[in-house]
Amino acid sequence: MFAVALVAIAVTMLLALTRAFKGPTVFDRVLALNMFGTKTVLLIAVMNYVSHGPDFLDLAVLYALLNFVGVIALLKFVREYSLKPEVEIE
Amino acid sequence: MRGRCLIGLVDILLITLLAATALVIIAVRDLFAAVMLAGIFSLISAGLFTVMDAVDVAFTEAAVGAGISTVLMLGTLMLTTSRERRGTARIQILPLIVVTLTGAALIYGTLDMPIYGDPQAPVHHHVAPEYIADSPHEVGVPNIVTAVLASYRGYDTLGETTVVFIAGTGVLLLLKRPRREAGAEPTKNTSGDQNQTASG
Repeated sequence: MFAVALVAIAVTMLLALTRAFKGPTVFDRVLALNMFGTKTVLLIAVMNYVSHGPDFLDLAVLYALLNFVGVIALLKFVREYSLKPEVEIE
Repeated sequence: MRGRCLIGLVDILLITLLAATALVIIAVRDLFAAVMLAGIFSLISAGLFTVMDAVDVAFTEAAVGAGISTVLMLGTLMLTTSRERRGTARIQILPLIVVTLTGAALIYGTLDMPIYGDPQAPVHHHVAPEYIADSPHEVGVPNIVTAVLASYRGYDTLGETTVVFIAGTGVLLLLKRPRREAGAEPTKNTSGDQNQTASG
């Protein structure tokens, strides 16, 4: 069951990464980054169950918070300072 | 056994993603995209560290790499430009050979290293057993890593903290100066309207 979950997370990571590579707008990339952060949180949570190690779930929650704050900061930056060549949507 | 196999596969996946991201960061010309990808790079590294049970390192990586550095690099983009100029340099053979040889030597050097997690590795027999045996009654802190950092290497940690504090103070002082003089005379602008947005 964990294997299936891991494969699903891996596929989603790949898709998010592809979107981050291809762009084309800022928002695609911000969303890809956010998505990737979420997948990292999930990966840590699932790995925690696979490895039976110390409890990392609090760490996963912290990552989620960090990810949230990070994306807010990014979007605020994009709005306030408007990186002009990038914000235009085709 | 099955768990170990899964962890190995996740390692391979993460390292592949890490390499792919690094290559794309080199290739991409849009610096905003490069900053985003650098954030993803840090997240992947943090995932790798977590899989290796180095949770504290992973958390530092996520906070500093994906958090602070991204904001700092975005600030740099704001002050400069968000597109990289296309380089005119040709591929130079000699540096490439030197770099390849150095890399090959480093990889050759790792072949003699003990396998990851090997309990017989020399690093686990130098001072670690003494720390494990003695730190509970010598220091009295339940976490051995904390005991080592705060007690056995106390002066080292104090020095590090001092260096970080001085560096932070220095950066703050450097960043503060132009603001104060901004009212008296127009400071040198990288571009006019950006400066207005920043001060307004």
